[in-house]
Amino acid sequence: MTSLDAPLAVELEGATVRFSSERGSVTALDNVALRVPPGGFISLLGPSGCGKSTLLRLVADLVPATHGSVSVLGGPPERARLNRELGFVFQDATLLPWRSALENVRLPLEVGPKKRARPGLRTPEELLRLVGLAGREDALPHELSGGMRQRVAIARALVSEPRILLMDEPFGALDEITRDTLNEELLRIWRETGTTILFVTHSIPEAVFLSERVLVLATNPGRVRELVACELPYPRPLSVRETPEFIRIASHLRALLQTC
Amino acid sequence: MDDRPTAVIAEPAVGRRAPAPLASGARRSRSQALLPFVAAAVLLAAWQILAQVFSLPIYIAPTPIQVARTLITELPMLLRNFVPTAVESFVGFVIGNAIAIAVAVLFVHSRRLEAALYPIAVFVNTIPILAKAPILVLIFGLGLTSKVVIAAFICFFPTLANMVRGLTSVNPQSLELMRVLSASKSEIFWKLRVPSSLPFLFSALKIASTTSVLGAIVGEWIGADLGLGALIIEATHNFRSPLLYATVFVSSAWAVVFFAVVSFAERRIVTWKQGEVS
Repeated sequence: MTSLDAPLAVELEGATVRFSSERGSVTALDNVALRVPPGGFISLLGPSGCGKSTLLRLVADLVPATHGSVSVLGGPPERARLNRELGFVFQDATLLPWRSALENVRLPLEVGPKKRARPGLRTPEELLRLVGLAGREDALPHELSGGMRQRVAIARALVSEPRILLMDEPFGALDEITRDTLNEELLRIWRETGTTILFVTHSIPEAVFLSERVLVLATNPGRVRELVACELPYPRPLSVRETPEFIRIASHLRALLQTC
Repeated sequence: MDDRPTAVIAEPAVGRRAPAPLASGARRSRSQALLPFVAAAVLLAAWQILAQVFSLPIYIAPTPIQVARTLITELPMLLRNFVPTAVESFVGFVIGNAIAIAVAVLFVHSRRLEAALYPIAVFVNTIPILAKAPILVLIFGLGLTSKVVIAAFICFFPTLANMVRGLTSVNPQSLELMRVLSASKSEIFWKLRVPSSLPFLFSALKIASTTSVLGAIVGEWIGADLGLGALIIEATHNFRSPLLYATVFVSSAWAVVFFAVVSFAERRIVTWKQGEVS
């Protein structure tokens, strides 16, 4: 399959999202264009209120576009959602506190029109092993650390083998050491599963370390500032962050963010 | 040199405090569970001594020993009166809570119905049970039914209010998750709203377990030949104070057992930590 026939994972064309309330309307995203190839890893970086989360929610069919077109895997976002092509990881793990780790991972197989697992999918047990939680299947969320909870949330997002993984600041609430570990593991999981990832973050090093390209968004209204390529070879060890190329990209992004 | 004694005194105090819960945690919690029984025994002994010292007449304040003796000698009669009260409070508890849960589910599905009926429920709830009881006895007669209805009424409102809160206070991000998973309305209800509401439901059921007994007894005061409420009225009118106290003890014991059973069920069912929803 060449990239010419395969539909783009995500394609936004002049996408605008306006929220209107009694006090007037806010333009969260203004005329955004973005093309993400299948299997790509794109980070969305920008100050608070630049519409990063709104962009993810637009792709996930959680908010509608006011203008412009949104295409996910060559069709409307709703079709991708109903076909279980989307996995979503929130900033809080959003686990159901009465379900064990394993039962939380199993949730997507119990709800929705396509709940039954397709043959050949990884089982919830295998996914917990993939995220390094073998042996903790029966633990309740309150018995797990913040990092472990987020691993469960990632395993849950992967259980229907989505072609697109949307991650909204998934490691924002974690300490730096846990965050480094999970960043490395996310890259491993990305390479093992070949899924497309859209990753929202506040952290410049995290964005450069993980992604192929970083979409920098400016605020008021939320719009594209620049799409920056991170030309560092994979696999990337944590030490890549000390290379001159990494530092060059990071300082370029920092300079860009100051003008957003 | 002057500073040293204070330093020596201060240190072991800190040191002794810290490891204690680790070393004897289990023993300490067991002895702490015994504390209320010790306190009760002390109070009963003080009561016994004071009543004897001041030689209070038995119809004003019987001693604990007299009450205990009555509890034993009158046990068959007490049990005969206990059965209807227990049945009334239990059946009222089941019916009142079942209706409250059903109405809460209706309210959550239809905001309009809630807007129409919730203020009426609040209004009815403001009428004191002592005013509601005679009305209900007039409608449902002097038999068992009116007591069951009063007990059900007294359970109804706290459970309704808690259940509506429980079913609606769902983490908004969990709702977004369900939407990404394309979950249906009934899947969201059964897999998200119902479990989220259980801690709220149980705090209401614990209140209802004791108030349903109160409702049954108030109902029996209005008119009944049998039941702990009827026995309380009869014992009071005849100045049979030890019997009055024994009856009060039996009704309290029943409420405590009822409460303990509900608490036990709660601990078995709500095993997760509330509030830690992330």
